[in-house]
Amino acid sequence: MQVGGIEVVVDCSRALYVPGERTLVVADLHLEKGSAFAVRGIMLPPYDTRETLHRLAAVLVRYGPHHVVALGDSLHDRSAESRLPAAERSELSRMQAGRAWTWITGNHDPEISAGLGGGVAQSLNLGKVVLRHEPSTGETSGEIAGHLHPTARVVLSGAGMRRPCFIGNANRLVLPAFGAFTGGLNVLDQAFAALFADGRFDVHVLGQNGVYPVARANLAPE
Amino acid sequence: MATRPLRPSSGARRRDVARSQSSRPLPTALPSPIANWFAAKGWTPRPHQLALLSQARARRSTLLIAPTGAGKTLAGFLPSLVAATEPQRGEGKGAGLKTLYISPLKALAVDVARNLTGPIAEMELGLKVETRTGDTPQSRRTRQRTRPPEILLTTPEQVALLISGEDAAYLFADLETVILDELHALVPSKRGDLLALGLARLRALAPGLVLTGLSATVARPTELRAWLEPQTTAELSIRLADVIALSGGAKPDVTILETEAPLPWASHTARYAVPDVLAAIARHRLAIVFVNTRLQAELMFHELWKANEATLPIALHHGSLDVAQRRKVEAAMAAGKLRAVVATSTLDLGIDWGDVDLVIHIGAPKGASRLIQRIGRANHRLDEPSKALLVPANRFEVLECRAALEAAEAGAQDAVINRRGGLDVLAQHILGVACAGPFDTGTLHTEVATALPYADLTRTDFDRVVDLAATGGYALRAYDRFARLKPTDDGRLRIAHPRVAQQYRLNVGTIVESPMVKVRLVGRRGASGRPGPKPLVGGRLVGEIDEGFAGELKPGDAFVLGGETLRLEGFRDNEIFVSRATAKDPIVPSYPGGRFPLSTHLAKRVREMLAEPTRWQSLPTPVAEWLRLQEQHSALPGPNEVLIETFFHGGQHHMVAYPFEGRLAHQTLGMLLTRRLERAGAKPLGFLANDYAMAIWGLGDLSAMIAEGALDLGRLLDEDMLGDDLDAWLAETSLMRRTFRHCAMIAGLIERRHPGKEKNGRQLTVSASLVYDVLRRHDPGHVLLEAAYTDAATGLLDIARLGEFLRRIKGRVRHIALQRASPLAVPILLELGREIVGGDARESALREAAEEMLRAAGLADGAPQP
Repeated sequence: MQVGGIEVVVDCSRALYVPGERTLVVADLHLEKGSAFAVRGIMLPPYDTRETLHRLAAVLVRYGPHHVVALGDSLHDRSAESRLPAAERSELSRMQAGRAWTWITGNHDPEISAGLGGGVAQSLNLGKVVLRHEPSTGETSGEIAGHLHPTARVVLSGAGMRRPCFIGNANRLVLPAFGAFTGGLNVLDQAFAALFADGRFDVHVLGQNGVYPVARANLAPE
Repeated sequence: MATRPLRPSSGARRRDVARSQSSRPLPTALPSPIANWFAAKGWTPRPHQLALLSQARARRSTLLIAPTGAGKTLAGFLPSLVAATEPQRGEGKGAGLKTLYISPLKALAVDVARNLTGPIAEMELGLKVETRTGDTPQSRRTRQRTRPPEILLTTPEQVALLISGEDAAYLFADLETVILDELHALVPSKRGDLLALGLARLRALAPGLVLTGLSATVARPTELRAWLEPQTTAELSIRLADVIALSGGAKPDVTILETEAPLPWASHTARYAVPDVLAAIARHRLAIVFVNTRLQAELMFHELWKANEATLPIALHHGSLDVAQRRKVEAAMAAGKLRAVVATSTLDLGIDWGDVDLVIHIGAPKGASRLIQRIGRANHRLDEPSKALLVPANRFEVLECRAALEAAEAGAQDAVINRRGGLDVLAQHILGVACAGPFDTGTLHTEVATALPYADLTRTDFDRVVDLAATGGYALRAYDRFARLKPTDDGRLRIAHPRVAQQYRLNVGTIVESPMVKVRLVGRRGASGRPGPKPLVGGRLVGEIDEGFAGELKPGDAFVLGGETLRLEGFRDNEIFVSRATAKDPIVPSYPGGRFPLSTHLAKRVREMLAEPTRWQSLPTPVAEWLRLQEQHSALPGPNEVLIETFFHGGQHHMVAYPFEGRLAHQTLGMLLTRRLERAGAKPLGFLANDYAMAIWGLGDLSAMIAEGALDLGRLLDEDMLGDDLDAWLAETSLMRRTFRHCAMIAGLIERRHPGKEKNGRQLTVSASLVYDVLRRHDPGHVLLEAAYTDAATGLLDIARLGEFLRRIKGRVRHIALQRASPLAVPILLELGREIVGGDARESALREAAEEMLRAAGLADGAPQP
């Protein structure tokens, strides 16, 4: 599969691997989303960051990338870093050791402190492909983004299921959200129509063991 | 709406009042305003009404058990009316609220209020009666907290809200009596748990409070009596409220439909009986046609009208219909404008809707008590028999109807399971108590344990639930600084922020409806006009359907709602837009909820009937023939054994078991057995469960495997299947997720979705399913997982019943290898909707979707990417 002319691999862990650059891309980690709710009095389990980082560590083992790019909204809110438990902080450092790491800023985390390790950027170029948090509108010759948390509702012979997915065409790809507590937006929502003006896009739905291209006819709205 | 008249009941002749516990003499006279009122009406107070009065004078809580039409409601209120005529015992300490009436239905509370106002005015008692429900205007609800009426009629949820107010102590200080209507319906549920906790609180706020429970006849009145009385853990015995039990009026006149039409093998629609049902309607004034599910209601309504040549006015009433539409049907019923109403359990409780003289029950009633209560809807006069016609939808249901009829004749009821209170409900209550003011944990634990469902709650478990309410109760102490409950200087707990009280009020109650989607007809502008894509414009509201079902529909699909066949046009926000379909045979919806499994009691009766050929004479000839054939070709299971047949049929090997333990327990059994058979190498492909049997089919030759000893049925059906196999299945089943979601919402761990707030929830909410996954992995001992497991065991998965079954049949498995399907197996083999086996089902469905697309694109190989 190609985006903007470069070869990419969509992975059922929700990550994207760019073999030519030995780069792994993940979007919307939303670390410390659980504790952000707890601050407001909704006591969600305090294990989401741990779970998200465990998943990430597992993908890193499989691909051994030289560079990891987090596509924005890595932290759920501006004070998330201050709530990050020590164990998770050191888990992050372990993962960063020996490889380049780039935090791309997002609307949830417009600023990322140096204390988190890695570099910070608003966007990044891999060849002629731009990596940014929020997809641009209009034509592009190569863009990889997150932000929208695409999910697909697949309806087959009466049984429906809802799964995160990649959505894109030859020039643009939107990644599913990686975080443990992230919900999704249906790919048939207006927000995606604006990105694929001709209404043509491919949807790759995540299963347990593989990523499956699903035809438009089998997609249902919410 | 018709009335539940406050009358001592009209025309009853024989009234036996059986009393126990209390031997006090009846009071000789009523105070004159009330005695005069009775005299003016030409009525005399009935013994049980006077008995309740003397109970109230003795300040004793009482359970009144009486059939419909016995004047229960007046009996309940009479002590409050009498008290109003007596001189006040000094100035009240509180707001002046004396009597609280609690009903499971707000419509019932409103109905009773209406019927109470008239007599109170005629007696010139000067008592104020008001209702308080979710529909009461905010201004009145606010006023009711400081200046309440003497008599307030409300629902359990409103009681919880009132208790959580800072002014609760003042509001309830003068409270003397609580009347609990339809108690039998409230107690065995989480609503009952919440109410029990609320009553424990009320007893603390108003010492000496007297509770009066009004109930239909139940199998074990002891449980209700204990529920009404405060329990003390210091005593070994259970404390019981007194009981006044009225024996029922005339025996109901119940018959099973006899028809010339051939009896279906496996249908649930009873379509075959439509001409007979119409004829029965035509012979009566007003019939209620009860069905078990909304889907059946839709279908029966549709079928009746298709055949309704005489155009008898027949209406439809179920929970998915718009409220306004339901009210219209109720009014028409009361006004005598209808001849029949097709209804689900929405018409089950309490309210009189009119002069119903026949109850038709479509399908088997699933429980003896439910049948008796539904029959009670016909005819509210004690001395005339209620008339009912049972219409079995298939052959097994004939057996079940026969069993239910015999149970009704014997006056036998289903036992209510003695339940242990939900820990999620307790978490909600603790938060509510904290909203009212600081509390001491030790004192609250003692108070909570006076409620029967929590009588054996240990201090350790109580503290875990306090922690759940305060910080989420996680092993990882990450949220102590965000705790919702904080200690005061004197060591009590208080809410940390006023916001906690606001959140509590939005989440109060235990009814977690599965989210519903509004169904709207496409408006005129949307339906006509230019060709090409049209903007959808909303028109008339037709009703609501389950969100899960809506999710399975695609534009162009047809389904039935409100008796109309509708075509899905599109979705907008939280509504779906439809047009009227023209297709003759609609694709019908499958509502997942609303089906009760066959009760344990009826199941036992059915098994006994099967084992006793002399009793088959009472069955219709085709059914008796069917059983005789089964006896010849295979065998009939004895009352305490389980029959398992294996045979080859339709290209696959089958195993059919006949446990008669209800659909839910069979589903769980099917899930677990297929896992075990897979491990044994029997290559199962799928299974199907109904209320009577469970069938598994696959590629392995089960008969041969059993004969060769490769498969041991005793081992296969060992209780240990409820161990690891169950645990592995629980990790993935959506039933467990749904149960957890309910618990998490009740406990306030995740927020409820409120109407109008569903939009744009992508980053604002976290789905219960994600919470469940994370908790299972990182905090498997969490108190809410425990609560959800307990619920699933008695609820959707019916593990408790499956466990009892496995114990019962240990060493009593009767296997018969057959050449072909047995007569008893025919119904289940004919049923549709087979479930795909295994956790890989979804994965293979995805693969299928991918392959489908690749084929369409002319690509040969459908291998997915890594």
